[in-house]
Amino acid sequence: MSKDWPLWEVFVRSKGGMAHRHVGSVHAPDGEIAVKHARDTYTRRMEGVSLWVVRSSDIHASDPADDAQNFDPAQDKIYRHPTFYDIPEGITHI
Amino acid sequence: MPSLPPIRPEDESRARRQPPVGAFDPRPVDGIDVPLVEYLLRLGDDSLVLGQRLSEWTGVLPTVEVELSIANIALDLIGQATLFLGRAGEVEGRGRDGDRLAFHRDVLDFRNCLLVEQPNGDFARTMARQFLFSTWQKMLFEHLMSSSDELIAAVAAKAVKEVAYHQELAADWVIRLGDGTEESRARMKDGLAWNWRFVPELFAQDEVDFEMIERGIGANVLAFRDDYFRGVQEVLTEATLEAPADQRPILGGRTGHHSEHLGHILSTMQFLPRAYPEATW
Repeated sequence: MSKDWPLWEVFVRSKGGMAHRHVGSVHAPDGEIAVKHARDTYTRRMEGVSLWVVRSSDIHASDPADDAQNFDPAQDKIYRHPTFYDIPEGITHI
Repeated sequence: MPSLPPIRPEDESRARRQPPVGAFDPRPVDGIDVPLVEYLLRLGDDSLVLGQRLSEWTGVLPTVEVELSIANIALDLIGQATLFLGRAGEVEGRGRDGDRLAFHRDVLDFRNCLLVEQPNGDFARTMARQFLFSTWQKMLFEHLMSSSDELIAAVAAKAVKEVAYHQELAADWVIRLGDGTEESRARMKDGLAWNWRFVPELFAQDEVDFEMIERGIGANVLAFRDDYFRGVQEVLTEATLEAPADQRPILGGRTGHHSEHLGHILSTMQFLPRAYPEATW
């Protein structure tokens, strides 16, 4: 039965101000039910305050075959990291 | 063999004055607030029996997502039952706690409505039952939030959010199955028809209700009867279904006259604590 239903990717916002993070997927016949399935599957232990679902087939992904050209060039560009800045005290979530 | 004598009004009123205990239970001591105990048992048993019924789907449903939905609803309901029955035991004051009331009463002492003990049938029938019950329970809890009994008001305020979700989920499925394939539609129609005759009991009131309403503890279900049927009709319209034809209402759960199904639920639910009374975990 669940194979008759499309797959949906689930994103949970753990608390206000935080970004939605990918947590997994559910099967559901439509978006509305997918949100309910996501609620019942992924937020039953107070994991979240907001949910997004998106049809898995609507996601465009990078090709693993292109990993070298996509990601390797960043490896020797350490200066792109913001670690050279001093973070003022009391700033969280960075 | 002579037939039984007819039941006269004075017999009925005598029966109503009887405390909510079985024939073999010790008689309650004077001063117990019997109507309040009865009312709490009704609230608690509705949730307990439906929670147990829904649990029967665990491990059987074809998708893990739907299984979690159903199990979550069942757990919400059993949580409500724990609070209401615990309070019933306190008010009764005979040393019975919520577990004792759940696992050591027999069919005649249960006070749930007949709707919640109906067999699951297929998924459509289960969802039809859930929709008809949760729509009612949500409205009931909205009214009980202003109960003069602190515990009832607090539990209702907490549970109304749970039940609002149950109602929405069940309504979603009524709509999808009703307005779905030919087969899902036929099954939802059958599911609604099966459960429909148990709806009038939700709006039947007796002396216990009248006293609870008068004391500001209970809710007058007639106050939201029209809203209930309007709400049900809205969902059915969206589901492109018609309300089933009214049938002869079946009443009696509130006074312990249950269908044959309740005994079977209890034999499963109560087996362990009855066979091993001291078992802990």
